[in-house]
Amino acid sequence: MIDLRNITKTFATESGPLQAVSDVSLQIGEGDIYGLIGFSGAGKSTLLRTINLLERPDAGTVAVDGEELTRLNLRELRRRRLSIGMIFQHFNLLNNLNVYDNVSFPLEIAKVPKAERRPRIERCLEMVGLSDKAKAYPAKLSGGQKQRVAIARALANEPKILLCDEPTSSVDPQTTGSILAALKDINRELGITIVIVTHEMNVVQAICNKVAVMEHGRVVERFDLHEKNIVPQSPIAQFLFKNEIALETGRETEARYA
Amino acid sequence: MLDNVIYAWPELLKSLGETFYMLVLTIPIAVAIGTPLGTLLFLTRPDSFLKWPKFYVLLNGVVNLVRSFPFLILMIAIIPFTRLVVGTALGTTAATVPMIINAVPYFARFIEQVLLDVNRGVVEAAESMGANKLQIVWKVLYTEARSGIANAVTIVTVSFLSYSTVAGLVGGGGIGDFAIRYGYYRYQTDVMFVTIVIMVLFVQLFQFTGNFVVRKLDKRL
Repeated sequence: MIDLRNITKTFATESGPLQAVSDVSLQIGEGDIYGLIGFSGAGKSTLLRTINLLERPDAGTVAVDGEELTRLNLRELRRRRLSIGMIFQHFNLLNNLNVYDNVSFPLEIAKVPKAERRPRIERCLEMVGLSDKAKAYPAKLSGGQKQRVAIARALANEPKILLCDEPTSSVDPQTTGSILAALKDINRELGITIVIVTHEMNVVQAICNKVAVMEHGRVVERFDLHEKNIVPQSPIAQFLFKNEIALETGRETEARYA
Repeated sequence: MLDNVIYAWPELLKSLGETFYMLVLTIPIAVAIGTPLGTLLFLTRPDSFLKWPKFYVLLNGVVNLVRSFPFLILMIAIIPFTRLVVGTALGTTAATVPMIINAVPYFARFIEQVLLDVNRGVVEAAESMGANKLQIVWKVLYTEARSGIANAVTIVTVSFLSYSTVAGLVGGGGIGDFAIRYGYYRYQTDVMFVTIVIMVLFVQLFQFTGNFVVRKLDKRL
């Protein structure tokens, strides 16, 4: 479904070039809920953003559903993006539009005729359990509700893939549950492939079937979470799987994983 | 004492009419031209969507150039241009030419600043949905910036109510001309006082209306 080959991305920063992603190849199958986990700065968000080419890799190819996106011109790429939904850590809703109009927005972008929009919007809102909030503005919603609006918005154009960039990182643990449940429903009922970037192993364990662990721009280990015995080899994977909050200073953590 | 005011009242109304005529021409034209210019300024900034660095330097330079003229000097400096456009350099219509020339870059700068306040993440979300640049400008930037734009219109209107008084100096009429003739040349303090009260009321009215519209448009809180 998604085929990333030898992706490299370097950013120019004030302190010189920073290689965010180094030569990463990753295959994600249809119907997967694929986790990308790592600490901040590991390159996981950058890698995710290369899938719809919000970040264009310096080297490597991105293919989605058999079509190589890295070859397309901008116009064709925009058309392909309609079938790749995306949600963000900070929701990125249009604050001056109500919930209904936010979900309508991608349909307007896709030039869906007005008559067809209403049933689709209502169906999407129903799917995330927010039919009663259609007239509300984002400012009046909780973080979890905002993220579910973002999910409904991402589903409006009936995508095959949903990219999730730290979708639960700015909400409380209870809300995390409601967002993950919505994602799992979508995957099960619509068969949408989901890629989810997170730094929380419990998010991965709650919904993912596969996970890649990233560090310093590389994938250091991958796991199929349906396997019985998962034995992490790399120190970072061991740490993440241990899933405990260790009270140590940042300096110690750095020293351990340097 | 009220005699002076009563005597000057018809003249005062006529002057007010001239001032509003200037504003009614200046503000809509400034908005109509300044909005696309300000949007271009925003879009061509370094690190923005359109990679037209030379265009930005040029447009930015022109905006700064026009804005650096003190209004009175601009008014006199462009008299030949005004004569070319409206056929005369005298009168109320002629006075609106420099007002428009001053207001357009002023408003463009406002628009640029207002658009800079739009959350980049929302723009990125629209990009991820396959929106093109025009859709991003219309559906994202203007939607999210609409209350800021209304605020900019309010500020520009109040500023140009003030600038319109300078027009009186070059035969443009308006409330400034009135104030100079009655208050300054004839020392009619009472007429001057009434004029000032009227102006204060109008500024309050503009600001109140502007704030009301901004509140209606802003759903962010």
